Amino acid sequence: MVRVVIGRIVSSLLVVVSSSVLVFVIMYLLPGDPIDSMVNVAATPPEVIASLRHQLGVDKPLPQQLADYFGKLLRGDLGTSLLTSEPVLPKIAAQLPPTLELAAVSLAIALIVGLALGVLSAIHRNGPIDWIARFVGLLGISMPNFWSGILLLLVFSIRLGWFPAMGSDGWRTLALPSLTLGLIGAGFLVRIVRNSMLEVMSEPYIVMLRAKGLTERAVMYRHALRNALIPAITVIGLLAGDMLAGTVVMETVFARQGIGRMISDAILSKDMPVVQGVILFSAVVYVVINLLVDLSYSWIDPRVRLRHRTADTGGAIR
Amino acid sequence: MKPLLDIQRLSVDFNTKRGVLHALHEVSLTIKAGEAVCLVGESGSGKTIASKAVMRLLGHENGSIVNGRIALSGLDLNSLTQSELRAVRGKRMAMIFQEPMAAFDPVYTIGYQLVETIRRHESMSKSAARKHAASLLGRVGIPEPELCMKQYPGELSGGMLQRAMIAMALSCGPELLIADEPTTALDMTIQAQILRLLKELQKEFGMALFLITHDFGVAARVADRIAVMYAGRIVEQAPAQELFARPRHPYTRGLIESAFMPDRERGEKLPAIPGSIPNLNALPEGCVFHPRCLHATDRCRVSEPPTVSFSGSEVACWHASELPGVSPMPESRPPLSESGGAGGTGWGRMHAASEGEDLFRVEGLYKDYPLRSGLPGRPRAHIRAVDGVSFTIRQGETLGLVGESGSGKSTLGRLLLRLEPATAGTLFFQDTNLTGIGASKLRRMRKDMQMIFQDPYGSLDPRWNVGELVGEPLDVHLRLKGADKKERIEEILAAVGLDPSVMNRYPHEFSGGQRQRIGIARAIALNPKFVVADEAVSALDVSVQAQIVNLLQDLQKKMGLTYLFIGHGLHVVRHISDRIAVMHQGRIVEISPSRQLFRRPAHPYTRALIASIPHPDPQVQAEPDRMDGEPLFSTRTLSGCRFRMRCPLATDRCREERPELRRLDGEQYAACHNPLL
Repeated sequence: MVRVVIGRIVSSLLVVVSSSVLVFVIMYLLPGDPIDSMVNVAATPPEVIASLRHQLGVDKPLPQQLADYFGKLLRGDLGTSLLTSEPVLPKIAAQLPPTLELAAVSLAIALIVGLALGVLSAIHRNGPIDWIARFVGLLGISMPNFWSGILLLLVFSIRLGWFPAMGSDGWRTLALPSLTLGLIGAGFLVRIVRNSMLEVMSEPYIVMLRAKGLTERAVMYRHALRNALIPAITVIGLLAGDMLAGTVVMETVFARQGIGRMISDAILSKDMPVVQGVILFSAVVYVVINLLVDLSYSWIDPRVRLRHRTADTGGAIR
Repeated sequence: MKPLLDIQRLSVDFNTKRGVLHALHEVSLTIKAGEAVCLVGESGSGKTIASKAVMRLLGHENGSIVNGRIALSGLDLNSLTQSELRAVRGKRMAMIFQEPMAAFDPVYTIGYQLVETIRRHESMSKSAARKHAASLLGRVGIPEPELCMKQYPGELSGGMLQRAMIAMALSCGPELLIADEPTTALDMTIQAQILRLLKELQKEFGMALFLITHDFGVAARVADRIAVMYAGRIVEQAPAQELFARPRHPYTRGLIESAFMPDRERGEKLPAIPGSIPNLNALPEGCVFHPRCLHATDRCRVSEPPTVSFSGSEVACWHASELPGVSPMPESRPPLSESGGAGGTGWGRMHAASEGEDLFRVEGLYKDYPLRSGLPGRPRAHIRAVDGVSFTIRQGETLGLVGESGSGKSTLGRLLLRLEPATAGTLFFQDTNLTGIGASKLRRMRKDMQMIFQDPYGSLDPRWNVGELVGEPLDVHLRLKGADKKERIEEILAAVGLDPSVMNRYPHEFSGGQRQRIGIARAIALNPKFVVADEAVSALDVSVQAQIVNLLQDLQKKMGLTYLFIGHGLHVVRHISDRIAVMHQGRIVEISPSRQLFRRPAHPYTRALIASIPHPDPQVQAEPDRMDGEPLFSTRTLSGCRFRMRCPLATDRCREERPELRRLDGEQYAACHNPLL
C-alpha cells in the first residue's frame, strides 16, 4: 500500500512538471510579447526595448528560459509579475482565500444537493422527487455557468435585492456565485448517483440483504449507497476541479477578487510569471484532489485494497 | 401433521411494459417440517418466482400475488406488513441464492455480513455474535473461520462463498431454508460437496429444505419429494422415488431423459423434447405443454387438465393414467422434427476421405498470462493457464475436453484456433505449423477452423440480422454476393434446422436454443474442417441441450467435421465424444476413449469427476470417491503432481516428480504415478 502511494506521488509530480512545461511552451509560441503591455512600443527606442527584453530574460532561447524558470522554482521563487513587479507567490497567496471560499462552498452545495437528490430519486423512482432530480440534472448539464449566473443575478440581486450583485466580502456575496457553480455540479452528480444507485439496487446482493430481514433503511444507506459511491467518487474528484475552474467565470460575472480574475488578467497582458504561477498552483491542486480520490477509493472499496496488496506481494491470488 | 409451509392456489402476476405476465398460475405445494422438497423446472417456468413469493420479495420487481395463500406454520405470510415480514425473513425462513459471487455485498467483510444478520434477529453482543458466526463458518467446512471473517467476498472462491452464504442462512436457526439453484454456478465437484453439506445440515438443524433447481440430478441427491414446474404451473408432484421410477407427465419424462442422457451408442440420437419453452405472455390454449407433447390429443389442445392423484403422485395431464407403460420417447423419432432438421442440402461428406489421420498435432503447448506488476524492472508474475500440453486430434473425431473452471480448457481451445498466441509449443494443423505463419496466411486458414461459443446471447451482434450474421463469413472469405450468397445462407440455415425465412430477423427474436443454431450456422458457413465448441450447450435449458447435441452430431456426419467439444457437463461430453481429455490446472491428466474413461478411469481426478455426476436413481447415492478441497490457484508452481493436495493416493514421489502422460492400456493415457488401472 505504501508503495502504491509513493508511486502515485511520483507520477503526480510528473504531471505538475509537464503541465508547467506545456504552458510555458504554449505561452512562448503565442504571438505578442510581454513588452507590448509594458510600454508603448511605437514610441520607445529599439535599444530600450531590447534591454528591457534582456532584463526580463525573454530574449533567451526557449530551453534556457525553461531551465532558468525551473532553477528558480526549486528555490521556491515563482518570479515577479512583469506588470506590477510584485513577487508572484505572495500575490497568489493574497488572492487565494476568496477563490478557495467560493470553490469550497460550491463543492459543498454540489455534494449535498447532488448526493441527496441522487439517492432519493433512485429510491423513489418515478416519484415527484425523481422528477425534480431529473430536472436539476438536465439544468446542470445544459446551462452554461455564465448564463445561469446572470439569471440568478437578475432575479435575486437586481429584482429582489436579496443579495449584493458584486464584491467578495461576507457570505452574502458568496451566495449567488456559489449557488450557480454548486447547482451545475449538483446536476452532474445527481445523474451519476441516481444511475449508479439504480444499478446497485438491481444487484443480487440487495435481494439477499432483504431476504436476511434487514430494514429497507439499512439496505439502502448501509449497503447500496456505499457501493453506489464508488463510481460517484471519480465524478466528485472531477467536480472539485470544475468548481475551481468555474471560479474564473464567476469572479468575472460577479466582479469578485480571486485567483480566477488574476489569471484571466495575466493571460490578457501576457504576464508570464503570474500565468505560470497560477497554472502551477492549479496543477498542484488537481493532482492533490486526484490523489485523495484514489486513496478514498481504496478506503471505500476493499477490492482496490486487495489489488494493491496483490501487486505488493508479487501477485499470489487468494 | 400440519405442514410447515402451505402454499395454496398461488397466482403471481408481473406488470411489465408489454403487459401483465401470469408468472404463476394456481400453484399449490406443501412442505412438512424437516422435509426436503425440490421444485424442478427450466428457465421461465416460474420456480424462482415461487421461492421469492414465499419470502415476499416480489414487490421490488413489480410482481404481485393476485390470488392464493402462503402460510408458514399457520402464519399467513401474505397478510403481514413489510416490517412484520422482516422479523420472519432471515429468522424463521432463510434463503440462499444462485450466484454466491454476487450475493454478498462486495464492500463489507464476510464477518460483518454474518454478524449483521445475527444481530438483526437475536439480541446478542457483538463479540458473542462474532463467535457464533465463526463457529458456523467452521461448521460449513471453511478451513480458517477466523480468517474468513476478516475477508471480503472477492477474496473467496465461489464454493467457499456458497458455504459462507449457507452459514449466514443458518445463523438464526430457520425452520425453512430456501435454496435457489445453490450449485448451478459451481463446478461439478464443488456442487457435490455443497449438496452433501446441505443435506447434512438439514438433518442436524431439523429444518425443512425447499430447493429450486433445473437439474434433476441435484433433485435426486437431495429431495424427499419433487415438484415439476412448467410455464408457471406444477405439472407433477410426487415422492422422489416414485417420480424417478414412474414419471407420469410427458414433460417430466422428457426432462429426466434429457437430463441424464443414458449411456447409449454414440451416434444414436438423444431423446429430445422438441420446441422450446413458451413465452409467458403467449401461452398456448388448453394444456400448456401440448405443442411440445408427443401424446397430445384434441382434448389437450382445448382444455387445461386438472391435477389428479395416482398413488402418491399428483399429475396434471389428461393421459396420466395411460402413459407410465408407454416408452417415454419413441426411439426412432426423426431428428429435430421441430423445424425441418438437417437434411436435403446435399453437401455430402466433404472431408471424410482421410479419416483417422491427425488433423491437429499439439506439442508442448504453454500459455502464460502476466499479472499486473507493481514496478517496472521487477520480474513479472505469471499465471500458467496451459502447462505443457501435447495431444492429437484425429480427422473426423470428436475430442471432448473436461475439467473444472480455471483448468485452462477454454484457453486451450482458443490457442488451437490461434485466437491467442501460445507462449511456447508447436501447433500443427494438417501440415501447417500454425505457430509459424503470418497474419494473412492465418486469416486464410481461419476458414477451416471455426468456433461455437457458450453464450448464445453475447456472441451474436444484436444489431445484425440473421442473414448478415451468417453471411458475413461468406462475404469475407468467398466474396459471395447477391443471389448466390442468399441461396447459400438459406442452405446453411436449413442445415441447422432453421426456416430460411428468418433471414431478416434479429437475434433477440429467438430463444436460446434457436440462437445457438444461428451461432452454429455461422460456424459451419464456410464448410470448415475443424470446430471448437466451447461449452456450446451449457447455457441452454436441459430440454434444448439434447436438440443441439443431436444437431452437432448430424452436421458432423454430413460434413465430416472434427470437433473439440469443451464442456463441464460430463454426461453431454460422454455422449458426443470419441475420446475425452481431462484437464487439471493447465495439464492434461488423462486422455482416453470415451466409454473406457467412464468405465475404468485411470487418474484419481477423473474418477472423482465421474463420481460427482448426479445419478438419476435416488438410491444410488454411495459416493466412494468423494473429493474434498478445491483447485488451488497460485503463481508459485506446485512441485510434482498438481493434484496431490486433493488426491487420496498421493505418495512422496508425487510431491517430487511431475508425472508425464503415458500409455497405460490401448488408447488410454494418464499422467499419474499410481494409476488406478
